[in-house]
Amino acid sequence: MDLTYIPLYAVLVSLAAVPFILLSSKKPNLREFWTILAGVIKFLLVLALLPSALQGNVIELELLEIAPNLPLVLKADTFGVFFALIASGLWIFTSFYSIGYMRGHHEKKQTRYFASFAICLSSTVGIAFSGNLLTFIIFYEMLTLATYPLVIHNESKKAIAAGRKYLSYTLSAGLLLIAAAAITYSITGTLEFVPGGIFGDTDLSNSMAVVIFLLFLGGVGVKAGIMPLHSWLPSAMAAPTPVSALLHAVAVVKSGVFGVIRVVGFIFGPEMMAEFGLNEILMVLAGITIIVASLLAFAQDNLKRRLAYSTIGQLSYIVLGAALLTETGLIGSIMHISFHATMKITLFFCAGAIMVNLHKKNISDMNGIAKVMPWTMAAFTIGSMGLAGIPPLNGFVSKWYLASGALEGGMILPVIILVISGLLNVGYFFPIIHRAYFRKGGPELEGHTEASPFMVVPLFSTAVLSILFGLNPDLFFNFFDMATSIASSIFNPL
Amino acid sequence: MIGSEIPALIPVTYILFAILIPVIGLWKREITWHLSLLGTGIATFFSAWGFMHLIQTGETIRYFFGGWAPPIGIEFVYDGLAAFIVLVINTIAFLVLIHSKEISKVEFPGKKMAYYTVSMLLMLGFNGMVLTGDLFNLYVFLEISSLSSYALIAIGEKRAPYAAFRYLIIGTVGGSLYLLGVGFLYTVTGTLNIIDMHAMLPQVIEHSSVIAALILMIIGVGVKAALFPLHGWLPDSYTFASSTSSALIAPIGTKVAAYILFRIMLFLFGVELIDDQLPVTTIIGIFAGIGILYGSIMAIAQSEMKKMLAYSSVSQIGYIIMGLSLANPFGFIGAVLHILNHAMMKALLFLVSGSIRLKEGHSLITKFDNSYRKKYPWTMAAFTTAAISMVGLPPLAGFFSKWYLALGTIDNSNWLLLAVILISSLLNAVYFFRILEKVYLNNPDTESTEETEAVERDEVGFSMRFPMAVMAIGLLLVGIFNVYIVNIIFTMFPAGF
Amino acid sequence: MLDFFMGHYAYWFTIILLAIGLYGMLLKKNLVKKTIGLSIFQAGVILFFVSVAMKEGATVPVKTYELPVTEVSNYMNALPHTLMLTAIVVGVATLGVAFALIINIYNRYGTLNEEELLDKIQ
Repeated sequence: MDLTYIPLYAVLVSLAAVPFILLSSKKPNLREFWTILAGVIKFLLVLALLPSALQGNVIELELLEIAPNLPLVLKADTFGVFFALIASGLWIFTSFYSIGYMRGHHEKKQTRYFASFAICLSSTVGIAFSGNLLTFIIFYEMLTLATYPLVIHNESKKAIAAGRKYLSYTLSAGLLLIAAAAITYSITGTLEFVPGGIFGDTDLSNSMAVVIFLLFLGGVGVKAGIMPLHSWLPSAMAAPTPVSALLHAVAVVKSGVFGVIRVVGFIFGPEMMAEFGLNEILMVLAGITIIVASLLAFAQDNLKRRLAYSTIGQLSYIVLGAALLTETGLIGSIMHISFHATMKITLFFCAGAIMVNLHKKNISDMNGIAKVMPWTMAAFTIGSMGLAGIPPLNGFVSKWYLASGALEGGMILPVIILVISGLLNVGYFFPIIHRAYFRKGGPELEGHTEASPFMVVPLFSTAVLSILFGLNPDLFFNFFDMATSIASSIFNPL
Repeated sequence: MIGSEIPALIPVTYILFAILIPVIGLWKREITWHLSLLGTGIATFFSAWGFMHLIQTGETIRYFFGGWAPPIGIEFVYDGLAAFIVLVINTIAFLVLIHSKEISKVEFPGKKMAYYTVSMLLMLGFNGMVLTGDLFNLYVFLEISSLSSYALIAIGEKRAPYAAFRYLIIGTVGGSLYLLGVGFLYTVTGTLNIIDMHAMLPQVIEHSSVIAALILMIIGVGVKAALFPLHGWLPDSYTFASSTSSALIAPIGTKVAAYILFRIMLFLFGVELIDDQLPVTTIIGIFAGIGILYGSIMAIAQSEMKKMLAYSSVSQIGYIIMGLSLANPFGFIGAVLHILNHAMMKALLFLVSGSIRLKEGHSLITKFDNSYRKKYPWTMAAFTTAAISMVGLPPLAGFFSKWYLALGTIDNSNWLLLAVILISSLLNAVYFFRILEKVYLNNPDTESTEETEAVERDEVGFSMRFPMAVMAIGLLLVGIFNVYIVNIIFTMFPAGF
Repeated sequence: MLDFFMGHYAYWFTIILLAIGLYGMLLKKNLVKKTIGLSIFQAGVILFFVSVAMKEGATVPVKTYELPVTEVSNYMNALPHTLMLTAIVVGVATLGVAFALIINIYNRYGTLNEEELLDKIQ
């Protein structure tokens, strides 16, 4: 079967749904139907690319030349298919969840919401399938613009301020990325993502390499939540929870770490990273982020903000794994992209369900809610255990590989950081679970039951997936195989 | 074939219509607008034909007026760059004049005949400036276009005549300085023909009057181009002129002047002289960089949309001149592409502000509110497109000119100018997104009452929507297909690249 | 030193005229005086061109029968003279537009003094 155009269709299908969504704004069920339809088709299209990705084939589609010698190119390599699979798969869950959330919360402007979501997913799949840095930048900026209406959805003072902060951070990041790309292009004459790096034998001074790397880091690091570029993320929690769930736990931030791995593995390459000590810079930043974010999470009473800081910390696991420059470490890092996604999305879904059902945002109010929302809290428990790295959840598997990767590289400090962070994770999640299960709830809980099935089914499904992936990381989608082959292609380029 | 007559046909069309409009207009008032459209339409047609012809044959057309051969006779030189610029300015003028139909009823009723006649003369001046190959002839066309622009600016609201007078004083000084520079060059080389003088300049470059001439010419034309710090006339003139005048003069006038700077520096003097022997490029680069930042910062401080756009223009011209100052291929490509892009973006923005003024009676940003989103959806959509392009987000056109300019600065290892490009993009985002916020989002301070919720759509008429839509779509197309344009720009390179 | 001045006196006069013109445009408050300054400035440039056309022992470039045209040293350089005819016309046109604007301003504000104007406009 000719797969050449499938990446293009996968990107375009949700864009194509946008006019339908806009036209059906008066008929909510029809409108949501388009979203779900687009999501399912997108997921199936990406799934169709899976067998070829597992074999290590790369499907390349040059769209058009957008600058002399710089084409707009879609390349479905293993890493791209990996990311696209997670994003499109989780979009389906999020769409169902959104229905429950938006209707339960009586949100306005739902048409704008669903249309923007569709464009965001288009951009995310575009980022996944970008074959060179210029294509990546184009879709990256598209993602920034498409997420803005979602961040400011409530149009409250807080939301608009959060939107401004988000834009100023991400637009500046985009500019740094453009500068980095322009300089790279001047030096190497190409912007293609090649496993092992494109700098090859070019003569680069130490300071030049560091500057270029820092520019890249500034560019992708904002979305990846690396400190000190992270502060847009907690503010962005002003957005509706499904937005926080998919975009700020899966699509936007994962695009950031996806970018980091692309830069580390496919632009610079492990050799060059080591040569100029760039991995050390990255490790320091990632390590600080992990610890500080985990500590800050303690201080948050608002559940979503606590989850936001948790996300920041967990994202830096992925960055740390990339900075280790060992194959095992990279495997752990890549797997954590998908595993953290399933766990975090579960947690955010739970937070949203609690808010819509019980109108509670702060942890200190959440005494005894497990009695009223047993399924939700069960899922929450599963998700938190996974993030802390407790087997048999998938979080444990990725953490194990990260730690092994550190030891393989002869470094003990990352392992220590991972262990401490795990303990901190337990520290800030356990009180929530404790309150929900073991404290007596107040009278306001009378008469409430579990949240709408539109919300509970997705959140429980992602929780179950987390368990299943933990038991067998290769289940359904061969995540483990893919991660292995990606890491090996970077460290043993042809 | 007509192909070789194109350089003469374009200005002649405008002269013809400049005579026709008053003659027919005195008899029948109502068709002046249609005649002006016809005039610019024919000129655009000729420009497009000529451009196609040029791409296919690749030969520069040198049209000798009256059959007198240069260097004695005056010639028009229709090379790649000239053909491109001519096509751009005529198309923009055509679209702007379509838009002017509604505006003319409100902003200059009863003066339509005079207005359209002067616009024909304005376009005559601009086209002449671009096409001519003789330095003194350039001065004549420069003054024609300047006088027409003084008149067009004066037709406006209360403060317009005074702004026009100030512009007159400054502009005429500029023109005279240019003329003085031409005089110096004539004294040394004995010719006024650009191609001829280009051959002679390397021999006389040692003469101090050549450097003086270059500086005088740059200052003179720089006034017209609003090169910092010679831009002082621009904000007031653009603000108080009628919306159509601003839309005509802003995107076209400054671009033509920038084109003249290109001609003088890269083609008349040539790349080697400009870059190696005279350190002019560095100084111009510095001023351009300051202008970029100054324009952006001042734009943020404005509360009235037209003034904001005026300062934004100062900033954007800085990009073009910065590209010129880099004197390398990517800088040239970025600058020429930005001439096209900025002409489209700025014209579109001024048309939007004109539409808003028409409907609301003002264009004060502080009074914008989110009823505009419902009342003028298409106008606001066009504005959003232009804003995104100005900030430089792909895949719209603005991104690509900045990309090439960035590559140009990197080629020269000019990190300062690279930083200027990046910082100014961010500043652009501030003043544009501020308006977008006001227009698209509910003001969190005011409650939305029944009144504000029930706003009806009150979109502007087709004659105004059409040009705005064309330009907005144009921005997207130019962005995506910019490779084709860049390939054509490759053929325009001056010798030495 | 004296040689330097006397040899280039035409240029010095040009500079003086330009300076007077600029002085008028910048420092005078009355709009008409500014226009006069502008006119003087342009006159300076025109005189410069004409002075360039000068040749020693030549006469004005108006053809007379006694002096054959083929001998170029008989006549001054005609080209700058013709160019300046055009430039003078341009100058006149500019003055026309300037005065039209001045009349308009006077009708609107009743004053031609720049300071008073700025007050009235605010």
